Amino acid sequence: MSLLNVRDLVYTYSLGSPLEHTAVDSVSFTIKKGEFIGIIGHTGSGKSTLVQMLNGLLKPTSGTIELDGVNIWAKPKEIRRIRFQVGLVFQYPEYQLFEDTVAKDIAFGPTNMGLDSEEIENRVYRSAEFVGLKRELLEKSPFDLSGGEKRRAAIAGVIAMDPDILILDEPCAGLDPVGRDILLSQIYHYHRERGNTVILVSHSMEDVASVCDRVMVMNRARLEMFDTSQNIFSRGEELREIGLRVPQITSIVDNLIEAGVPLSKGVLTVDKAVLDITEYLKKEGRL
Amino acid sequence: MRDITLGQYFPCDSVLHRLDPRLKIVSLIAFIVLTFCAFNFYSLALVGATVIAVVLLSNVPVKMYLKSLKVIIIIVIITSLLNLFYGQGEPIFQWWIFKVTWAGIYNAIFVCFRIIFLILFSSALTFTTSPNDLTDALERLMKPLTVFHIKVHEIAMMMTIALRFVPTLLEETDKIMAAQKARGADMESGSLVARSKALIPILVPLFVSSFRRAYELAVAMECRCYQGGDGRTRMKQLKLMKRDYICIAICLLVIAGVVLCNIFLPQIR
Repeated sequence: MSLLNVRDLVYTYSLGSPLEHTAVDSVSFTIKKGEFIGIIGHTGSGKSTLVQMLNGLLKPTSGTIELDGVNIWAKPKEIRRIRFQVGLVFQYPEYQLFEDTVAKDIAFGPTNMGLDSEEIENRVYRSAEFVGLKRELLEKSPFDLSGGEKRRAAIAGVIAMDPDILILDEPCAGLDPVGRDILLSQIYHYHRERGNTVILVSHSMEDVASVCDRVMVMNRARLEMFDTSQNIFSRGEELREIGLRVPQITSIVDNLIEAGVPLSKGVLTVDKAVLDITEYLKKEGRL
Repeated sequence: MRDITLGQYFPCDSVLHRLDPRLKIVSLIAFIVLTFCAFNFYSLALVGATVIAVVLLSNVPVKMYLKSLKVIIIIVIITSLLNLFYGQGEPIFQWWIFKVTWAGIYNAIFVCFRIIFLILFSSALTFTTSPNDLTDALERLMKPLTVFHIKVHEIAMMMTIALRFVPTLLEETDKIMAAQKARGADMESGSLVARSKALIPILVPLFVSSFRRAYELAVAMECRCYQGGDGRTRMKQLKLMKRDYICIAICLLVIAGVVLCNIFLPQIR
């Protein structure tokens, strides 16, 4: 069943002025329920504009977005409901924290949804658990947390709305490598446990390759490719042409293949590469 | 959020853009005084001709000037109407407590044109001078005030920084608003109280990030050995050129013209 159906989406900034600039140009795609989608692309390729249209923050210049078969702009007055259904975590979301305790800040979204206080409390605890925030932090001021904890608190604030689709715009930007891995695996577990659809916008090919089922490649406002991660990252040459690259491990394996080692293309994780290479070595009798 | 026309720099190339900013500020003050010293129609017309010349010379689209006039059009209408009904002398038209006299009509016309000229002159200055040049010039012009222990350099630096951060803060506000809207913040509906409460989720992060930026900027400036104005040299030295002297001459001619018109030509009223 298709959950999100996007047709011929166009967004133009400053329409009709000399600064007119099309950020998203005739983009169409369909996303099924429960998929983990990655969006990669250069800075300024239209990724952020695209995701802001998906939750109704920006109104498309033309084209339609259907959520569960209903055009999200059919009733403009009820666009707020769409924003609860499609949760968007912005880049550097820690700068949006404002309440005096972390718990109250996480509760901001659910409170706006008009839920009762028991349900809100439940959701605060559950979403804090998902992002790995300890209980004792919930009563602290968000401004006393470390950078990584603030980021988690902000993400929890969106997860607490229990959206059907969770969109994260560069959730790992500016975190240290260990923090990145932990956050990413928490997002992955959230996706697994709830069966929700997640869209991850990222600059890091490694991140996208390790968690996403399918990947969109944006280039100059257009949707250049949309396929499974394995297929996308087997097209290293094309990616390089538009200024992207493949994950390091994929390019190592690609080089090995070029050097004559019979491995399969499109390896996305180090674990898989280790498995393939040991198998090959065993077959050769070198191990 | 982005449509703030009054006091906006319009980058392009013209004689006025290239004039020394100190000179532009001084002549603006002179012309404003002159506008209010034009006592008869001849001198007012002369000032008007100067305004038109300045507007045309600035190479800025006339539309931009009209936009800045639009902001004050209500003030112009109200002051003109007040003046119209408060003239002295024989009434030529009377209804209830309102009476219109020739003096009133003259006053209204003069006030109307004076305000318009005032706005056009000041717009011409801000359109043709970048904020940095403007504060630079103000710093130089206020230099004599250091005798009274006024920290002219610090004031100018604060102005430069404030102006520099206006667009940054606007952008930041947009971002925070979008982020809170994504969490269901409702800013468009509700009572006045509800709407002002809805501002808290925007203002708190905005203040926090302003303080953070201020702190970071202070550190960055200290890293480059900034210690205030004492002993600081500048890269761009302001120097009067030939065109500046020509401008001074023209300004003096206009001033003389207005004074002569005031003295020798007949007062119509």
